[in-house]
Amino acid sequence: MIPASFTYTRAGSVKDALDLAAKHGEDAKFLAGGHSLLPLMKLRLAMPEILIDIGRIPALSYIEDRADHVAIGAMTRHHDLETSGLLARELPLLAHAAGQVGDPQVRHRGTIGGAIAHGDPASDLPAVIVALDATLVARGPAGERAIAAGEFFRSLFETALAPDELLTEIRVPKPASPGWSFQKFTKRAIDWAIVGVAVQGSSIALVNMGPAPLRAGATERALAGGASPREAAALAAEGTSPPADNNATAAYREHLARVLVRRALEEAGSRG
Amino acid sequence: MSILGTRVVRTEDPRLLTVGGTYVDDLRVPELENAAQVTFVRSPLAHARITGIDTSEARDEPGVVAVLTSRDLGEAAEAPEHAEAAEPEHVASDEELASSGEGGPGAIGGPFTEPTLAGDRVRFVGDAVAMVLTDGRYQGEDVAELVSVDYEPLPAVVGTEAALAGDTLLFPPAGTNVAATGGADAFDDSIFEGCEAVVEQTIVNQRVAPVPLEGRAAAAVWRDGKLTVWTSTQNAQIARATLADALKLEPAAIRVIAPDVGGGFGAKIGIDREVVAVARAAMRTGRPTRWVETRTENLVAMTHGRDQVQHIKIGGTRDGRVLAYRLGIDQDTGAYPRLGGFLPTLTSLMAVGAYDIPRAETAYRVLVTNTTPIAAYRGAGRPEATAAIERAIDLFAAEIGMDPAEVRRRNLVPPDKFPFKTASGAEYDTGRYAEALDTVLEAAGYADLRTEQARRRESNDPVQLGIGLSTYVEITAADATAGETARLAVHDDGSATVYTGSSAHGQGHRTAWAMLVQSELGIPMEQVTVVHGDTDLIPEGIGTYGSRSLQIGGSAVHKAAIEVKEEARRLAAEMLEASEDDLVLDTDSGQWQVRGDPAARLSWGQVAGHAGGDGLVASVEFKGDHATFPFGAHLAVVEVDTETGKVRYVRHVTVDDAGPVLNPVLAEGQRHGGIAQGAAQALLEEVRYDADGNPVTSNLADYAAITATELPSFELVTMETPTTLNPLGVKGIGEAGTIGATPAAQNAVVDAVAHLGIRHIDMPTTPERVWTAIMEAQKARGQ
Amino acid sequence: MKVTVTVNGTEVGAEVEDRMLLVHFLRDAAGLTATNVGCDTTSCGACTVLLDGESVKSCTVLAAQADGSEVTTVEGLSDANGEMHPVQRAFRQEHGLQCGFCTPGMVMAIVSLLRENPQPTEEQVRAGLEGNLCRCTGYHNIVKAALAAAGTDAG
Repeated sequence: MIPASFTYTRAGSVKDALDLAAKHGEDAKFLAGGHSLLPLMKLRLAMPEILIDIGRIPALSYIEDRADHVAIGAMTRHHDLETSGLLARELPLLAHAAGQVGDPQVRHRGTIGGAIAHGDPASDLPAVIVALDATLVARGPAGERAIAAGEFFRSLFETALAPDELLTEIRVPKPASPGWSFQKFTKRAIDWAIVGVAVQGSSIALVNMGPAPLRAGATERALAGGASPREAAALAAEGTSPPADNNATAAYREHLARVLVRRALEEAGSRG
Repeated sequence: MSILGTRVVRTEDPRLLTVGGTYVDDLRVPELENAAQVTFVRSPLAHARITGIDTSEARDEPGVVAVLTSRDLGEAAEAPEHAEAAEPEHVASDEELASSGEGGPGAIGGPFTEPTLAGDRVRFVGDAVAMVLTDGRYQGEDVAELVSVDYEPLPAVVGTEAALAGDTLLFPPAGTNVAATGGADAFDDSIFEGCEAVVEQTIVNQRVAPVPLEGRAAAAVWRDGKLTVWTSTQNAQIARATLADALKLEPAAIRVIAPDVGGGFGAKIGIDREVVAVARAAMRTGRPTRWVETRTENLVAMTHGRDQVQHIKIGGTRDGRVLAYRLGIDQDTGAYPRLGGFLPTLTSLMAVGAYDIPRAETAYRVLVTNTTPIAAYRGAGRPEATAAIERAIDLFAAEIGMDPAEVRRRNLVPPDKFPFKTASGAEYDTGRYAEALDTVLEAAGYADLRTEQARRRESNDPVQLGIGLSTYVEITAADATAGETARLAVHDDGSATVYTGSSAHGQGHRTAWAMLVQSELGIPMEQVTVVHGDTDLIPEGIGTYGSRSLQIGGSAVHKAAIEVKEEARRLAAEMLEASEDDLVLDTDSGQWQVRGDPAARLSWGQVAGHAGGDGLVASVEFKGDHATFPFGAHLAVVEVDTETGKVRYVRHVTVDDAGPVLNPVLAEGQRHGGIAQGAAQALLEEVRYDADGNPVTSNLADYAAITATELPSFELVTMETPTTLNPLGVKGIGEAGTIGATPAAQNAVVDAVAHLGIRHIDMPTTPERVWTAIMEAQKARGQ
Repeated sequence: MKVTVTVNGTEVGAEVEDRMLLVHFLRDAAGLTATNVGCDTTSCGACTVLLDGESVKSCTVLAAQADGSEVTTVEGLSDANGEMHPVQRAFRQEHGLQCGFCTPGMVMAIVSLLRENPQPTEEQVRAGLEGNLCRCTGYHNIVKAALAAAGTDAG
């Protein structure tokens, strides 16, 4: 299948990208690795008139140690996250989860910024950065602003980004508590998560348990109140609104959330 | 030493590995240089009346060659060579199309006739309504969106129960949704008299998608009264016959070429109606045409397989003897009863499987629904039979509390009973069924597996072990009497060419047929060219399906080689002035020699050079008298995470006995692929529709085609029991793996949770389905 | 727009639609038809090629995105003497292909996999092929071929 016609433009810099976005307004979409957008365009579920290719802006691809946090350029590919020595040391949850995205070919093209800006609740990395309390840096005509990951994801494919804003950097604080776990439950390895769980310390985020990545708030509070992982995990589905689809009913997703959160907490505990 | 039975790597591979195959989309022949791209406009509704089609906007787009509807395709052979499309609003009625003989290929027909393009009614999402011809590939999808079709929605019939209710009819003139019935008129409960234990179960053998990696494709050229069609088919000659019939052309006016074919699995037997439309469009417009379907199109409009609801009843004694078996089948055949209408007869024939069951009865109904048509898919009717009886045996074993291996052993047809006529009407040729079972149990370490299972049950391990068995027999070359052709020519340079009616789509015929020639004639296989899938070169033939190739097509090649050899003997005797009786062919060196006179030798080239006329050629047809019955035993091991229901497929051990193996490399490849497809049905794959008949598995992100990550490496054990029904002693191996694997994998999953009180889980055994079964069993036990 | 890609060491330039997919650039502009299209959803991997040395699915890359890059397809794997690449040889030796349609993509995926992990385990090979579908082989011999090419076939 073939995307509907569009005009392709390539941005050489962030400024260039923002100028193009300002010029074309709502008709334009940023193209990063293209592995979320192009499949939708081929199925004609998305039909932008202008694509602004930001995939080749060298200044947006980096992983840097900045003392209390790690800064990641938005166009850093999953493959680079997966194989980064710095991440393996400082943020193994993120490195591991990046290695679970799609398949090797997808990870050679797909970017962390693209995956986050797409706002798909079934996607792995949004929940991971929520669990890690990351800060997202966006640049727009009015300049730069920082958005907490927890505030960034609004709803299904809806984020805090304005159409003329570009996600440029993800700042991930170095975790205080080293225990981590990522549980991705699928029928086939290549599938999107039916349910996923990201745990860092006592911070827990859920994949595909609502229209946006969610914190397992009830479980986190129970843990803070001294509950055992098993007791706290039993509350994992509270406050969630999981979808029902071809892969699972909502009730089964709720059950999975409880099981996977328990396993994630146990695994994180064993690493802590 | 004969090359037969040795491991020979394929002659096909270097080309496929270095420059790739030449599939229909890859053809760069001059005749197709100017080909228009065909894009079908398909119904977005499962059931609707078409009240009008407006093609004007689409036609006015630049680069559009033609927009055609059902009305434009009638009497294409006589149509003028220009592209006038239908005026808006005029729609040909189904009745009109049916009465004009506008029938699709391979259908039951009559009131259930399938038009080439939909008339005034669409019957499934994906039903082809119109076709757009454009200069370029990318325009096609744009322009197809501009064809405006007015639909008046009708209630959708989804599932066999809705079809039987008959509130909505797909073909009102038929007066029913039941397209065919067969078997017992009424079931007779007296067959279960004397049974100490009886179990009944309704089993869903779900709908699956064949998903050959290359979808359907065709290209057509109409020039000087000759139609040339390249298409991705298993049967060029059948395709030609279908085209001749549909287009009212003489077969000689049609050349069908099957170039490289990227997998078929039964779904490319002959051709579908889209290929007829592509050919008609070429004739009507005078432009060459080419159509290559997208995967989404493939998943909604290529035929699906299986889709039976089975009602089984099995009874016997408490010491494990099965006395009676009943199989009732409701076959969902989708919107148009094509080959799907025939599959339940094979299921019924093979109902009792590998067992000596004294009393059996079967009955079936073929039902039309507003879903994609059903046809052959690897096994085609036989996997359904095996899945039912192998589940039945396990249910019976659970009922009487006996090890399922032991129940099987007590009921398998013993070796001294062959040929064996079953209670469901088949006549099995040869077999060592219990030996196959015991061989697999031994290879798998059955006793140790049961010990490990007991340990996990005892310790209440959240990850339980399941061991699944199936002992199967299947029917191959069911149409053995239809035969197959072969022509073998030896050339004066000593090389040879085989023209075979069989047609490969991955099996490796070129390698296998060349081995047969080398074995019989001593011409090195590197010097044997094998040609298939071209009706100008091979006008007569059947092609490849039903695991018939080696036993029928290969036997034909073997027969041709013997005829060539006898002719060569006569010629060589003449040349050497020796008696024919003294001439010996050394098949190691490929030399003719006179006994006792080492100096008197002739090469194949010399003999062929002497032949004159048409050269040294034999044209033969081989016909079998009777189908053959391969058999075997499969053992699958799975782990089930009882907290989530997720199944991990750990081991698969098999014996698949299809007689002597010509080339273990090829036979193992067939078994591997078969096991994977069979297990995929048990564990993962299912085509699903919502209540309105909308497909929800119409791309490969949603349809869970099995990947390397979900499969183990397979453990194959060899057993070779020849048949007496062909000179090679061989049976078919193409479908055996699939037939044996599905129930073994399904039984393994049920076995893993059997101690929780679970007797049956329908396929595919997805995590949620397994978890739900565990929950229900817990509830039933009051926990 | 004008797109130039170095395909198997040869520069190929063509005027193409902005929406042209890399796979069609390779098949139609470069005339290299080994790379196949097997799905619409980036699922099957039949179109896998190396883009600047790494495996990608060329149905999900615009030709425009590959402008100025280097692409290797299965046609470019053999060496200057026409000797097959070790992965190609292993596929033949282990019968890692039947119909051949998934094969070019499968071979390229494995070439990329072995570059990143020269001594993979069977489990790593299977995980590395999660994005490539084959319907003929049950993957058994493909996995064997990958391990054989890596010289780590433990049997």
